[in-house]
Amino acid sequence: MTAAVFFGCTFIAFGPAIALFLFTIARDPLRVIFLIAGAFFWLVSLLLSSLVWFITVQISNRDSAAQQKGLLIFGVVLSVLLQEIFRFGYYKLLKKANEGLLALSQEETMPISIRQLAYVSGLGFGFMSGAFSVVNILADSVGPGTIGIHGDSQHYFLSSAFMTMAIILLHMFWGVVFFDACEKQRWWALAAVVLSHLLVSCLTFQNPEYVGSLVPTYVIMFLMGVWAFCCAGGSLRNLKLCLTCKDKDFLLANHRPR
Amino acid sequence: MLALSQVSLFSLAGVSCNSVEQKIYVELNNMVPCVRLLNATHQIGCQSSISGDVGVIHVLESEANLEWVLSTGPNPPYMVILESALFTRSIMMKLKNGTGRVAGAAVVVSKTNPAEGFSPHTKCPNENTGVYSESYDPTMAHCNVTVWNPLGNGLSYEEFDFPIFSLNDDNDTEAIRQCYLGYNLGVNGSTPEYPLCAMQLFSHMHAVTDTATCMRRNDINFSINPEMVCDPLGDYNVWGSTKPLNNTAKGHKEGESMVIAATRLDSRSFFWDVAPGAESAVSGFVTLLAAAHALHNVTQEAHPPRTILYTFFQGEAFDYIGSSRMVYEMDHKQFAIDLDNVHSVVEIGQVGLRSSSELWVHSDPVSRRNNSINAEVSSLIDTLKSAAMNLNVTMSVPSFSQPLPPSSFQRFLRARPIPGVVIADHQSAFSNRYYESIYDKAANLNLTYPANLTEDEQLEFVTETANALADLATVVARALYKQAGGADAQLINIKAEPKIVTQMLYGFLVRSNNTWFQALVPPEFKNFLSKLECHYYVGVSQTPSHARTPTRLVQYLLANLTGTTINITKENCHNSLIIKPSSLPQLYSYVWVQGVASPNSTERQGFCVRSSVRLSKAVSPAFDLLQEYSSKDYSTWTESRWKFIKARIFLVASHDLEVNPLHFLALDSCLPAQCLASSQIQSARRRYFTKHNQKMILITAIKVMLFSW
Repeated sequence: MTAAVFFGCTFIAFGPAIALFLFTIARDPLRVIFLIAGAFFWLVSLLLSSLVWFITVQISNRDSAAQQKGLLIFGVVLSVLLQEIFRFGYYKLLKKANEGLLALSQEETMPISIRQLAYVSGLGFGFMSGAFSVVNILADSVGPGTIGIHGDSQHYFLSSAFMTMAIILLHMFWGVVFFDACEKQRWWALAAVVLSHLLVSCLTFQNPEYVGSLVPTYVIMFLMGVWAFCCAGGSLRNLKLCLTCKDKDFLLANHRPR
Repeated sequence: MLALSQVSLFSLAGVSCNSVEQKIYVELNNMVPCVRLLNATHQIGCQSSISGDVGVIHVLESEANLEWVLSTGPNPPYMVILESALFTRSIMMKLKNGTGRVAGAAVVVSKTNPAEGFSPHTKCPNENTGVYSESYDPTMAHCNVTVWNPLGNGLSYEEFDFPIFSLNDDNDTEAIRQCYLGYNLGVNGSTPEYPLCAMQLFSHMHAVTDTATCMRRNDINFSINPEMVCDPLGDYNVWGSTKPLNNTAKGHKEGESMVIAATRLDSRSFFWDVAPGAESAVSGFVTLLAAAHALHNVTQEAHPPRTILYTFFQGEAFDYIGSSRMVYEMDHKQFAIDLDNVHSVVEIGQVGLRSSSELWVHSDPVSRRNNSINAEVSSLIDTLKSAAMNLNVTMSVPSFSQPLPPSSFQRFLRARPIPGVVIADHQSAFSNRYYESIYDKAANLNLTYPANLTEDEQLEFVTETANALADLATVVARALYKQAGGADAQLINIKAEPKIVTQMLYGFLVRSNNTWFQALVPPEFKNFLSKLECHYYVGVSQTPSHARTPTRLVQYLLANLTGTTINITKENCHNSLIIKPSSLPQLYSYVWVQGVASPNSTERQGFCVRSSVRLSKAVSPAFDLLQEYSSKDYSTWTESRWKFIKARIFLVASHDLEVNPLHFLALDSCLPAQCLASSQIQSARRRYFTKHNQKMILITAIKVMLFSW
């Protein structure tokens, strides 16, 4: 539509993620590296699923709408499964890398814990996924026109931005829960992550009924957020202490010598 | 979003590229822009901004409705859609003064011509480059005696700072109307609500100010690929003669006294490259082609003492580009003959709208003040009158002393007084009510075919217009023969064929891709024939092999109608210049034409045509020869260059919907910053990476998420 819509939607989609990056990751080069590697792993999973998609579309019958719709559903499901497989692959890689890093460094403790890696890799997945979801749409939002001349809904750009924000945060929560489940060998949690990812992706088939797809997605995001918080060791007590800035550990950590 | 994003990503898989853009924009295909032309002193035409002009569509109902566009409408700027009837000078001038509320205009060209006539040309065409100036005769300058084009409103010569496009009345226009009716009309006269239907027009022109400025900018050579901003208008004149002339020996030809039969080839309109020119150009040159064909046999058997030179001038609508160039070359010994060889000139002007079989012979009263010129002109007029006897044509002379109408002959008179006449169908003002406009089409000449004829049948059907022009061609041919000194006994053998005339009219005005034209052109030219009518805009100058389609068609037609078939092979025909000196390339030109297709097969029997027909450059001497870009004597018209021209429609949203995302942006940025500033995480000391700090990270994330809403 105009530059206003472009910047607005960009910051809706990427605002929280960029804020998280700036305040929690940017200072530590190791975290940045693992974030970028996580993004790359997501990208490779996308490449593989797009290859499969390309081949199947070429084979298929272009004219049959039902077949194309079926192909689309197949593509989405395949892509989700591949993403989760690559998340598992990244977990395995990080475990091995961590042992290597420990052997190299002089310190006794690991330079970065598996929980931080979970968060960072999840955010990496989220960034790349969000970029591919929304950059195409943002590029067209700069022009003077808005969607609607063929009868589509006016709220396309805004809904895309909100959906992207949800997906990025969801990837982060899934990362935390997934790695925690792998650490503790809780396979049912793993399956729950995969299923919720599938559910959120399939909810997008509700579009253009944006309420039908966005509201459940945000509900799932909230629930996953709570689960991830609990996996990371949070509790109501911690939350209260943090919000009222009375957390002793935190105060100790930030204590400055005179 | 995920599904859609995947679809849009995998564009290689045959899914159409960029489906988001297709959801937003509807591209319009059959739109013709108005472009910028420059001359020594002015720039005319239209200009858009470099990123296109966007305006809310408004279909204008009447002139009073302009108030909505110019003052009362709440959503400026507007893109005004005009029906043909509303495309008048008063409305366009009001839009021109709209200052910021008018983003552009689009004219819907109706299929029927406006009843009261429409001519965007000036009232006095080519008034500064003809022969009538203050020095020649002040009483006749600037159309003081006769206004030739009284319906002219001069729109083509105005400058507009918004784009103006023309639309044909078809599916795209219907889409625009539906969009307008669906979104831009308020309920019961109230303010229309967003989203509104808008249109964007791109026609950014690179040249500005005048010809001298843009030619100077053409020469700036800072980079490897210098950017040209404008090109001179021009093309090629077609000329041929009854007896071949030595084209390599330029300058005066001893013993040659020639009668020049001249006409014009081009036309123009308000919009770029649309110039149907039926009455203003086609009627004239079809008549001359038919006359040349009628004279062919007689001049082979009994050639008259003087040679007849047929000339078809291009670019006459733009200050006589073609004729000024030829006269300059004749005067400076750069043409096969010079002005001393010219005995007289007979020009065929607009001749298609004859009412009651009367045709008018115009002559120049100023040069006729000289007795010898007067005697010659009178005898030429008598020749014409006597040639018209026994035919359905009457040649009359205007009853009062009147200057010549705008014609190429005026450029000859500027060089020296020569006896000559201009034949036209109007006594004083033009009979053509659509002079140099988009409406000067076949219907203007009353060229109608009965229904239910196939294309081939229409090609052969002899219309009344064809008969009338054939009669005139016979008169002109006989008069030319007599003027060239031929014997009276031969006159009865000179007759133009109505069949040839009707085929030419069909080919030039209805459909150029017909069987007759296909047989007469070389194989490499057949792709230029289209199933629509030709347009006669002169365009920018190119190499001879890329001359304009009408020019080349006239060249091949003249070659076929006045040349002879030679029995040589195709290679010899093409290489006649090099292989055989006996083929006399200085006298003749050779062209290999396709020939007729044998029935039931696509093979064509081609043959070689030898004729005296040549192309001569029709670019104003002000450009390549003199380089005087501010010349007052010669045409200095140039056409600007542009990158792309396109049009599209889409919906625009209200400003509220645009700004809401920015509100979220504000929330997004400032609140998390304030929150996190109070809970900095130290990352340097690794031993504090306890379980606790990880909790902090997650808690901060949740805070951010909550506040960003």
